[in-house]
Amino acid sequence: MEWLQINYNYLLVIVLLMIGLWAMIGKNNLVKKCIGMCIFQNAIIMFFISMGAKAGSTIPILNYTKVNGVKTYFTEASMYANPLTQILMLTAIVVGVATLGMALTLVQKIYSEYGTCEEDEILKKIG
Amino acid sequence: MKVLSLIIALVMGALLTVILDDLPAWGDPNSPANAHVSAYYLENAYEQTHVPNVVTAVLADYRGFDTMFETGVVFVAVIGIMGILRREDDPKSSKKSFKRPPHQPPDPVITGVATRFIVPFMQIFGLYVIAHGHYSPGGGFQGGVILGASIILMAMTGELKSALERMTEDWFIIMTGLGFLIFAGVGLACMFYGGNFLDYSALAPLFGGTPQEAAITARYHAMLWVEIGVGFTVMSSMFAIYSYLASDGWMDRGL
Repeated sequence: MEWLQINYNYLLVIVLLMIGLWAMIGKNNLVKKCIGMCIFQNAIIMFFISMGAKAGSTIPILNYTKVNGVKTYFTEASMYANPLTQILMLTAIVVGVATLGMALTLVQKIYSEYGTCEEDEILKKIG
Repeated sequence: MKVLSLIIALVMGALLTVILDDLPAWGDPNSPANAHVSAYYLENAYEQTHVPNVVTAVLADYRGFDTMFETGVVFVAVIGIMGILRREDDPKSSKKSFKRPPHQPPDPVITGVATRFIVPFMQIFGLYVIAHGHYSPGGGFQGGVILGASIILMAMTGELKSALERMTEDWFIIMTGLGFLIFAGVGLACMFYGGNFLDYSALAPLFGGTPQEAAITARYHAMLWVEIGVGFTVMSSMFAIYSYLASDGWMDRGL
């Protein structure tokens, strides 16, 4: 039980990774494959964000105190969450949108060509 | 195939569960991911750039190459989607008329009026998110997505054509490339002033004050330009992806 409490963020990520991989390989419908890819990407994003969390920390925007109109910023690293993982994932989200748009474009092209998104029906029409 | 994929997924899950004990504990401030360069950014970003939002500082300045080619990836994706889906009107062939049945334009009263009220506020908020990204959560990507969403909202409630009148196909392709060019242009300007590519402190001669102050101001301002470039690219690419997908490349009507 304690093991579950310590690792539950990683376990959630593993479950999402399994769902995504299963959908990408096993599903017959191409749109569902795209959804699986999206779930897989989101699992990775959650993994990185949870790696960057620190106990008792806040968002990586520096706090300050104002004494006589002079701002002094606190720059202790342990006060703030890890900015690096957040940046990597910010870019990964945008790349995810681009790849998903590209994948849906290909699906749409396949649909207008063969009239179906089901993989086995497309294979039958080709072969 | 279904059983095989289930086995593959379960094996991967089991392998990942086995290595769980070797991963650092959740929330550990001394884990490898939270040490080294990440701590350096938090401790020195304000001193070197005067930007309290460390995410923006690292995104636009320290990791400028990453963000620039990231913008390039979005641009390439839009070009790829355009190349695959876009259809030219061929006056000689009557293919279009038989493929696309005539379409009754919608007459949205409630959604149309609501959109007309919401869109200006959305766009102002998007500009605010871009411009205020130095001090609050935000920046080019987030603000660009909000701006793009406002145009997509117009296209979804009214006709795609009414949104395309405001943001024509030529313009969103130009703006997608323009954002990348702004980013690369700031980098080239740094080279022009004798620094490395994307080393914004080389732009110090443009700003007043002592050399050290000027370098900090240069980094602060160059970050804003870069974020504006990213905002351009993301905004127009969001709308481009939507309009090509929704109209199946014909650009005549949406969903």
